[in-house]
Amino acid sequence: MKIAVENLFFSYPGDVQAIRGISLVIESGEQVALIGQNGSGKTTLVRHFNGLLKPTQGKVLVGDWDTRESTVARLAARVGYVFQNPDEQLFCKTVQDEVAFGPRNLGYDGGRVTALVEEALLMTELLDQKETNPYDLSPTWRKMVALASVVAMDTPVVIFDEPTTGQDAASVARIANVIAALRGRGKTVIAITHDIDFCAENFERIIALGQGQILLDGPSQEVLGQEETLALTYVDPPQLTRLGKRLGLPGVVCTPDEFLEAYQRYSETNS
Amino acid sequence: MVVVDVNELTYTYPASAKPVLSNVSLKVTQGEFLAIIGNNGAGKSTLCYAMAGFIPHFFRGSMHGSVHVAGKDTHVTSLNDIVQQVGLAFQNPFNQISGAKFTVYEEIAFGLENTGVPRPQMMERVEKVMALTGITELADRSPYSLSGGQQQRVALASILVMEPKVLVLDEPTSQLDPVGSREVFQVIKEMSQRGMTVILVEHKVEWIAQFADRVIALYDGQILLEGKPADVLASPLLEEKGFGLSRYTQVARRGVERNLWPADRPLPVTLQDAVDGFRGVSR
Repeated sequence: MKIAVENLFFSYPGDVQAIRGISLVIESGEQVALIGQNGSGKTTLVRHFNGLLKPTQGKVLVGDWDTRESTVARLAARVGYVFQNPDEQLFCKTVQDEVAFGPRNLGYDGGRVTALVEEALLMTELLDQKETNPYDLSPTWRKMVALASVVAMDTPVVIFDEPTTGQDAASVARIANVIAALRGRGKTVIAITHDIDFCAENFERIIALGQGQILLDGPSQEVLGQEETLALTYVDPPQLTRLGKRLGLPGVVCTPDEFLEAYQRYSETNS
Repeated sequence: MVVVDVNELTYTYPASAKPVLSNVSLKVTQGEFLAIIGNNGAGKSTLCYAMAGFIPHFFRGSMHGSVHVAGKDTHVTSLNDIVQQVGLAFQNPFNQISGAKFTVYEEIAFGLENTGVPRPQMMERVEKVMALTGITELADRSPYSLSGGQQQRVALASILVMEPKVLVLDEPTSQLDPVGSREVFQVIKEMSQRGMTVILVEHKVEWIAQFADRVIALYDGQILLEGKPADVLASPLLEEKGFGLSRYTQVARRGVERNLWPADRPLPVTLQDAVDGFRGVSR
């Protein structure tokens, strides 16, 4: 499902201008990461996609729906939102109920709800925790419950706000698997993240925001190579991009595979 | 001088069968910057709670062994006395905001009010710490109207303002952008150089390598490794146990198999180590 943002402006009460003229299109099935310093407008922007915030000026279209004319409840069928802090969205007594709440609430029939819950629990490695109270799980696993409860809603668009914060390597790998699985199902995935290495390895398109405007928007390699512009919004390029640059490797490397290939080629030509 | 002395600590949460910390012993000297790494569930936050006296005073459960902070046994010292020695910044800054104050300024003053610091001194300390943590312009905002990153700075400021001997920080930069993280690490480093003892739980290996004096790797409630950042963070044992390694370490380790990194050279943990090592090979 396509998201179109047209000349969006947004001010919080007290005249804090958080978005200052953003236009962009996210096509159906794209995997997009939003990066930028604290206060650059990332969260404010994505909260327009599910209608939590309404434009002060301009408009946002989710498919053919104008968010100004759609309720949050209606938009929930199209846009799922995983909060940064799982405790802001968990309230049921068991993991299974929690994950079933969203799809049930969207009015899906019983069979579909069961199938979606199973699938979401499998994807997040929670199948053996169905009967557990979410609050008996560690914060890491509560995060997975939050993910599962949104994935199970089977929305065409899924938004993750800082998915890897406070997660260890195994959990980050699990989250990457969930994103890959959603990609495989043709979902549009939008993530806000400060974890630039994670971003480089899991997203094809990156949008860098700064002071409520778009600074960069393009394929990941292209964006991550723009060190000076990224610095304007307090983002350092990924570790391996920086290493590649220091070593004088041609092009922009983002992932371990890219780095090792580029370095091998480089050392063969130079020896 | 040893400021924190954890001796054979074993702790089990109430209603839990298995201890979350088993026989953990460690000593931290004054002015030292110690980083603690570990997977989720390894016991990092629990260890922080124990060093800050929340265990046994707030969390019940069963505790064996002892924790001494600034020479005082936390078991027999009241939480009121312990907070004068140790400051703990929670992993989640939302949990730390008092809820009793309308502005950031008052929020930061809250701890000083409760310990009876005279008003002029209180104001001086609050303003100084707000400048240090870069939040002066947030003074009149409500703590709840802030972004995650801003709240995290407020949480840190409200601990620093107490001028504790020991600063225990549980992932203090989890909500911050990279430049914000660097600023916070620099503030923490400065505190440690001024003699404050810093104990930091952190996943960001690259920062630990740059800032910490010593690293402890916790695994399943026990100390797996302990030593200098360069030694601990590149240890093959860490990867075996599922710890996150820096990308520099990852590519160098894979590079060894392809003769792109000298087998006899220690694996890098910082950008500079990686640049030096890879340059050596390509030359």
